Order: sequence, then C-alpha cells, then structure tokens
Amino acid sequence: MNHGVEFTSACPIPIRQYPRILLAHGGGGKLMHELLEKMFFAAFGEAPANGRHDAAVLNFPAGRLAFTTDSYVVRPIVFPGGDIGSMAVHGTVNDLAMSGARPLWLSAAFILEEGLSMETLWGVVCSMRDAAARSEVRIVTGDTKVVDKGKGDGLFINTAGIGVIEHSLVIAPGSVKTGDAVLISGDVARHGMAIMSVREGLEFQSRIQSDSAPVSGLVRKLLAAGLELHCLRDLTRGGLASALNEIAETAKQRIVIEENSVPVREDVHAACELLGLDPLQVACEGRFVAFVPAKDADQALSIMRRDESGAGAGRIGAVENGDPPLVVLKSAIGASRILDMPSGEQLPRIC
Amino acid sequence: MCLAIPGKIISVTGDDPLSRMGAVDFGGIQKDVNLAYVPEANVGDYVIVHVGFAISRVDESEANEVFEYLRQMGELPELKEGSP
Amino acid sequence: MKYLDEYRDGANAREYARQIARVTTRPWAIMEVCGGQTHAIVKFGIDELLPKSITLIHGPGCPVCVTPLEFIDKAIEIASRPGAIFCSFGDMLRVPGSKTDLLSVKAGGGDVRIVYSPLDAVKIAAQNPTREVVFFAVGFETTAPATAMAAHQAAEQGVKNFSMLVAHVLVPPAMEALLSSPECRVRGFLAAGHVCAVMGCAEYGPIAAKYRVPIVVTGFEPLDILQGVLMCVRQLEEGRAEVENQYARVVRRDGNEHARQLIRRVFEVAPRKWRGIGEIPSSGLRLRSQYEALDAEKRFGLADRDTAESAECLSGLVLQGRIKPAECPAFGKGCTPERPLGAPMVSSEGACAAYYRYRSHEMAADSTP
Repeated sequence: MNHGVEFTSACPIPIRQYPRILLAHGGGGKLMHELLEKMFFAAFGEAPANGRHDAAVLNFPAGRLAFTTDSYVVRPIVFPGGDIGSMAVHGTVNDLAMSGARPLWLSAAFILEEGLSMETLWGVVCSMRDAAARSEVRIVTGDTKVVDKGKGDGLFINTAGIGVIEHSLVIAPGSVKTGDAVLISGDVARHGMAIMSVREGLEFQSRIQSDSAPVSGLVRKLLAAGLELHCLRDLTRGGLASALNEIAETAKQRIVIEENSVPVREDVHAACELLGLDPLQVACEGRFVAFVPAKDADQALSIMRRDESGAGAGRIGAVENGDPPLVVLKSAIGASRILDMPSGEQLPRIC
Repeated sequence: MCLAIPGKIISVTGDDPLSRMGAVDFGGIQKDVNLAYVPEANVGDYVIVHVGFAISRVDESEANEVFEYLRQMGELPELKEGSP
Repeated sequence: MKYLDEYRDGANAREYARQIARVTTRPWAIMEVCGGQTHAIVKFGIDELLPKSITLIHGPGCPVCVTPLEFIDKAIEIASRPGAIFCSFGDMLRVPGSKTDLLSVKAGGGDVRIVYSPLDAVKIAAQNPTREVVFFAVGFETTAPATAMAAHQAAEQGVKNFSMLVAHVLVPPAMEALLSSPECRVRGFLAAGHVCAVMGCAEYGPIAAKYRVPIVVTGFEPLDILQGVLMCVRQLEEGRAEVENQYARVVRRDGNEHARQLIRRVFEVAPRKWRGIGEIPSSGLRLRSQYEALDAEKRFGLADRDTAESAECLSGLVLQGRIKPAECPAFGKGCTPERPLGAPMVSSEGACAAYYRYRSHEMAADSTP
C-alpha cells in the first residue's frame, strides 16, 4: 500500500505489541477496547459529562443548529501538508463555518483495513487531535470497524459535525444578489497538486503543501464585523469551478470572474501546466469564496487578509444579470468563455 | 503538437548520451527529464519537455521575436484599413 | 513561468489583433493543425479577438481523437486480460471504444495505470517481472522519440515483459489528404510547432508549393498563435505560399536529428486509419521487424477486427474542419463529455469538447428569445 509520505509521529505510539490492525480490533472485545482506550480516547480527550456511552449528551447553546457530514477516502493517506485525519476535521469544521455556524462537536467514524499499520493510524489520530484543537472543536463520539484485508484500501474516515448559528443572517446561495462582489480567501489548487505530486506515475519534486486548514475563525471575524455575508462556499473537489457553478445554478445568477485575478502560486501554476490541468478545476481544502454586497468588499478583504487563513484574499469577480445562470470567465487576453463544472476526474493530458 | 513546457536544467547526470538525465525546474517544481535528444543543452539552459523528454533547447536569442515582430508591425506606414 | 507566461500578455494580444485587422482585406480560412493550438484558441478566446473575416478551422491534430477505433478496442482487450498491466497517457482513458472505455475497465478491476512518460511504463515492467506490461503508444511525431527511447531501453535492459501497442500518426500526410479533398476550404495553415521541433520544417515546402498554401510553423501560447495568424494572413494578402517559422525559439529548420535517428531506428512508416477520416497512406508508424518482440499486437495475438462507429457521430467531419462541433445534431444532446459518441467530445484537445466546455453560452444565448 502506498501511503505517500511516511509518518514520523511526534508522540510515542501507545500500542506496541500489535504493529498492524487485526480483524479483532473491530470485534468488540478486549483488543478493540484497548484500541479505543489507548488510541482514540487518549488522543481525543476526556469523555463528555455522561461518560463513555453510546451517545454523547451535550448542552447545546442558544441559536440555530447546523449539522453536516462528510466521508474521506483520499489517497495517499499522508500527503505534503496533511493527512486524511486533519483533512477530515478541517473539512467538516469548514462546512459548518460556511453556513455561518460556530463549530462545536465532531464525531469520527473509522473503517480500518486489516493490516493497516498501527503507526499510520496513530499518526492520523494525533493529527486529528491537533486539528481539532486548532479548530477549537472536540471530537466527542465515534465508531470503529475493521474490514478484511483487500476490502478497505487502508483507512476511510467519516466525520459529522454540529455547530451553532448565533446570528440571523441566511448565508446561502439563495441570498446572492446581482451586483455582489465575489471574494476568494487565498490561492487555489494547492491541495490537488500536492496530492498529484506524490501520485504514482505522475510524481514530481515540489514544495507544494496542501492548503487544508480551518477557516472557521476567519468566518467568525467576518460575522463579528457585522458584514452582510450573502453566501460562503468552501472549495473542495472540483475546485473554484465546481463551487461557483453550484452557486450560480442554485442562485439562478450569472457569475463573471476575471481569470487574472484568481491567485495561483507560481509552482502550482507550473505543476498544472506540466500535467495539463486547469487550476480553476483543481481541488483546494482551506479556501472559500464569499459573496458580499459590493460596498462591503473592501472591508471584508481587509479582515480576511489580517487572518492567517485569508492572507492571500482577493476580489475575483461579480454577480451579474444574465440568463441562463452560468459562470463566465474573462480570460487573460480579455475574451470571455464559460468556466464549466469539471466533468468527472481530472485526467492529466499529453497533448 | 502536444503538451510540452519550458523548464531550466538544474543538474545533469549520466555519461551514456542516450540515458543522459537532468533535473529540470519548471517555475519551482522539478522533474527528472531525459536529455538524450539535446546533447548540446547544459545546466542553466532552458529546454522544451514533452512526456519526460527534452525535445528542443530554447533559443533565448529568439525569445523576443514575438514582441519584436509586433513592434515592427506598429512602425509600418498606415495600411489600407481592413474590412471587418 | 519563464518562456510561457510572457506569451499570454493581454495588451500585446490585443495589439496583434489590431494588426491582423489592419492587414486583412478579404475573408480567409486558416486551419490550426494541432489540438493543443485548438485548446489555446478556445480557452483564451483568441478567435474572439480576430476580425470576423478570419475563420479558424480546427484541424485533426488531436492524437487522442484520431487513434483508430480498432486500437482502442485492442487496448481494452489487453487491459482486460488478467495479469496484464496496461499503461497509458491520462487522456486516453475516457475515449469510447466500440463497447466501453479504459476507465471502465479500470473500474471493473483491470490494472490500468496512468503514466506521464513511456519510460515510466518500462520501469513498471522491470519492477513487475511476472506481469505483462503494455504501453499505449499514441501521439504524433512529437511523442514518437519518447516511445522510440522506451523501446530502445527495454531492448537494451533485457526487459522481456514489456511491449507497446503502437498507434503513432504523422501530420504531413494528413494535411495532404485534407488539401486534396474537393471540399477543402482551408487557404493557409498554422503547422504544429512541437511536431516541427522534432521533424523540422522541410516536409512542408512541397505541400505549400503543390497546393499553393502558406504554412506557418506556430507555437501554442496566445501570442504565438496570433503572430502565426498575422504571418499567414500577410502571405495570403500578398499572394505568397511559403513555409515560415513563427516558433523560432523552439523550432530549428532541421528539427531534431538525434530524435529522428532513434525514430528511424525503431519505427518504419506504415498506412494508418485515422478515426473519423479513414485510411491515409504512409501516415503512421509501426515497429520495425527487429523490434517485433515489443509489438503488443503480436504478443497478445490480437486479430484485426471490423469496427463500426456510431452512425450519429460526425467526428470525422469535425476533424476535417468541414463542420463546427455545434453544427452536429448530436452536439450537447446525444453527445456530451459524460456520454461521448466519439473522441473529440472527450479529449481535452478535441474541438467538440472545447466548444462544449467553453462556448455553450453562445449556443444557449442563441436559443433564448
């Protein structure tokens, strides 16, 4: 199994006598109990008030509840700038933040393949612990299953998250209005190209790291400033193109983007050129677009740029009147074309 | 034809001309490239790379031709206006 | 990126467009041969900058699009054999065969691997001595030197479990075939820059003279294509029919002799069917008899077969530049990138895919009241 970059865990692994996951680790007996106690509970902190039970019982603060879930199947499990675990935590935290919620609690369910290295699992678990701390959330419940060797591709993770919405805005595509400015929180395509750089058959040497990171802190600052946020969307699979197309379709609006204003790092741009990929369609992980009234754009950008997760923020376009709803791109030389939803998996090309 | 991009040779290894390899930098990323077809290219030169092979050395003295040609066109006397 | 980004400058592009408009007094139809050039034209919207009297006709220079259907079916057959490792460039995976495609074979458990270079396939063979490893050698003259080297290295290193399915095609015979058709409207060509980096410009002189067409060897960035168009239009306006080299920073008149030497050592010219166009004599490459051991068709005993394209698919007419993608009745309806009838809709270089991806708003605008 190619897990990409090898883990060198900062914390000593707590389970020594089993170097690999066995079917028994999912069996509900002693081995599973040890795995839960020594690995998961040890990393994710003390149990909620009602002790370790089938469900975590939590005191929910006043406000509307936001709830989301995602599964993570990324290969390789460990990649430059992150791993499946940190990606899972950040991803779910960010989904909550995109509706303007303050993320509170996560669940983490693991499907482990028999034979998965215990060292790798521990590395992922520590990474989740650190990501949760950074995101100011707690992982309060979870599940573990083990499947036969050959049936699981190493490790799959599902995270679900609960957050509280403490304001009265409706942050959703339906709130997007003609004339809104489209802002982006940073440069694109880092995550996808970081993965490509270690993908078998296409590897190249680079310093590109995944941009996987929590953006919830930054969203809280934007809300605290009293800005009228119409819509937020984090960029994941399918990159900027996918996110904008989804919003255009749901909001029934036309979005016009200036290609030259979309920030792309030089080495990411070069990697895309090498493999014949369009950076606007490549996955990101710690980036979001924000739709705000034009009059609030400068203030929003100023807040974003002062935060570490918005340092490279910029204005990339605007919402215009037009039918049918589309995403239009003004190219580097000034002509217009459609920025389409990427179709299927982006395959590198020779021509 | 085909996707080929310019990169700068950073280092060269191999004595056998047909398996001469180079580490080539493309705007900050690097790939090992077969240099068998550009024996005249050395460290510091730019080459055009297609599917892992350098197929040509970039002639840096010609690189400005595109801009020079345009400049010269601009200096030509006014031609009859073209029909749109 | 140096020697790339500076040729995408907007101000210079608009100035080139202005100069082209200045010199154009009559309508001209110019064909860009290479799919990479088609991609750049549609992606950057270069044709939008040109005066309306200049028509760019998209040529057949997309190796993914023109690889014969038989080869796709043979590739699928090899990839479906247990124990085989089938290595291919990424863009071949979605090309429709008679019944299925390589991506579906992969999804069904076939060991289909994307490689960046043919040498990667040789490496995979060396690392998996008990498996049969096959490389799908598609591409024009630009790619043939890489495949030739892979064959040479496999032979030298005694890698016995490696073979190639060779489907290389050559550009000049295709241009001649197009020009000799009575329906040909093309008056000038932008020749494929990277093909010429390998082959040089000499092959095009006789074509320019015989058919009285200017041929400008052109690069792939917006300013290259615009300069190529300007040089071509000036020739047309002045009644000249010469071979010129726009892409001088990469293309030498004599091309790359080292590369051609290895191509000649490993391959010989052969007839080849072009998907959608038909057989063009002396337009392909096949392995010479001394490299027979590396021929996957022989190693796997693949019989020749009859194939039939979908009757609805008009990709041949698109590849010859006789219709634009949007003029095909199936465009965007029975034929989309997710469910392609032919290769040009699924290849990122294909004209149909480019139009579908980048232009559908024009078509949509045409249909709104």
